Amino acid sequence: MILEVCNVTKKFGGVTAIKDTSFHVKAKEIYGLIGPNGAGKTTMFNIITGNYEPTEGSIKFHGQKIDGIKPHKIVHRGIARTFQNIRLFKSMTVLENILIGFDYQASYTYFEAILRLPRFFKEEKRVRQRAFEIMQVLGIAEFADEMATSLSYGQQRKVEIARALAANPQLLLLDEPAAGMNPNETNELAELFFKIRDEFDITILLIEHDMKFVNKLCDRVMVLDYGKTIFEGDIKDAIKDEEVIKAYLGDFKHA
Amino acid sequence: MVQDIIFTKQRLINLAIIITAIWFTWFAQNFFDEYTVRIINNVAIFIILAVSYNLINGVTGQFSLEPNGFVAIGAYVTAILLVDAEAMEYQYYIEDPYPWVLALQTNFLWALILSGVISALLALSLSFPVFRVRGDYLAIVTLGFGFIIRILAINSPEITNGSLGINDIPEYSNLYWTGGIAILTVMAILNIIYSKFGRAMKAVRDDEDAATAMGINTFKIKTLAFTTSAFFEGVGGGLLAALLTSISPDLFTFFLTFQLLIIIVLGGLGSTTGAILGTIFVMAGLEWMRFLDEPMDFMGIQTDAMPGMRMVVFSLILIVVMLFAREGLMGKKELKDLFKKKKANK
Repeated sequence: MILEVCNVTKKFGGVTAIKDTSFHVKAKEIYGLIGPNGAGKTTMFNIITGNYEPTEGSIKFHGQKIDGIKPHKIVHRGIARTFQNIRLFKSMTVLENILIGFDYQASYTYFEAILRLPRFFKEEKRVRQRAFEIMQVLGIAEFADEMATSLSYGQQRKVEIARALAANPQLLLLDEPAAGMNPNETNELAELFFKIRDEFDITILLIEHDMKFVNKLCDRVMVLDYGKTIFEGDIKDAIKDEEVIKAYLGDFKHA
Repeated sequence: MVQDIIFTKQRLINLAIIITAIWFTWFAQNFFDEYTVRIINNVAIFIILAVSYNLINGVTGQFSLEPNGFVAIGAYVTAILLVDAEAMEYQYYIEDPYPWVLALQTNFLWALILSGVISALLALSLSFPVFRVRGDYLAIVTLGFGFIIRILAINSPEITNGSLGINDIPEYSNLYWTGGIAILTVMAILNIIYSKFGRAMKAVRDDEDAATAMGINTFKIKTLAFTTSAFFEGVGGGLLAALLTSISPDLFTFFLTFQLLIIIVLGGLGSTTGAILGTIFVMAGLEWMRFLDEPMDFMGIQTDAMPGMRMVVFSLILIVVMLFAREGLMGKKELKDLFKKKKANK
């Protein structure tokens, strides 16, 4: 069990964004978090990454409690994320963007950098090589020296995923990775995620709207609606579940 | 790997630039007249200040108005450490100086190092309350800090000789010191920028949330940038004190910060090359334009002396530059980026 979310509730003032939600993600699994807009999916991500603290309940990563830990420390523990709207560093090249992910892994001190001591060169070389390896897996190595924001939308997505992978995560959180992509690109992306999972040995937790995409990719899903869990389990059962259909398409009986 | 070749080539170019700068410093000190040397001294000190100010303001993107405070601290620390007890007792006639003020005495190098260290420690203590929260608090706090330092300098005559300031500071600053330290500062700042720390600083500027999500401790990075720039501003202040030989609180008003802000915005926020060019442009330009203040004979039209005319013309030039180069002379580019562009065009 890599990630356990136990009875998490999150309230913003009087609004309950997430209500008593529990789920767990197994190692090497691709787990989907789905639900209509405003269901609390991104809030869930922000709780897991430490940006919000849960009002009640707890999050366990590898059996250790991680709620209340600072966001950057959670990254060091092995959870990395991408954002719903791509957030690349716009003044940097693709390579520099990815090197940011290696920030905590390049072990040289401030003074070693200022004085350019041998460890600086050794570590920089090491992380650059690793960055190129990641870029090659994602097929963006040719853009290494281009400005990240000058790439096409699909390529920018890949850069963002590469950046998250650079942080050496065991659990990768993807917030709507297929948003704004055409069916061809979506298919390609699904293949890429399988490849990433096998190549980097990681677990993926993703938020997605595109049911076809989720169907192809995810082993298990959880469906949220207005902060409540309405379904948890196998994806094949989810698309037949009455509650889920109601949440997505509306309630026909009262229509 | 291609990367390695670029690295070595870049290093050779850097070495050439450094050697040229050292040679120029030596040449200027030995062959230029006193007035020119004075201006180059000033430019060198302002390069130190502008490049380090750019680190927090341009590279890390934290709008800060601190330089005048830290330059003042550096200048006073150096002045107190350099002026000997006899000269102090003679000068301090508002109040008698404290015994420890009289006793403290070091050589120039230690005075500069201590100026930097004390500035850096103050910056470190300021950053704890300021960087805990996000937003423009840094600008307000540092603006206030500058005023507080000046008022403290005026109101503690036992240490700083109040508004009279400290005079007869030994004139240690020459081009070897100012130019040498300017070269070292630029190298240190560039080494920071082209390391994981510099990348993290730029990441904080571009998108703080994304930087945190990549495992960067943004508080630590901002504190590092702020403390580093305070260190070099303190050193710059020390050099300034030993160049001017007399300092008073009026030297360190907000105008100093304002001048540096013009320099780095003109040069291009975030570009070290830009900060250096901006300094040369502003400092040398203002000197060169002195003729505008004098009586002129312009195409047969005689004009009287117009003090302040050069500031009018200078402001016009600033407006034109900012209209046509919104991001400053260099934008966020450095010298080596310009070379890259040229090659791509060919």
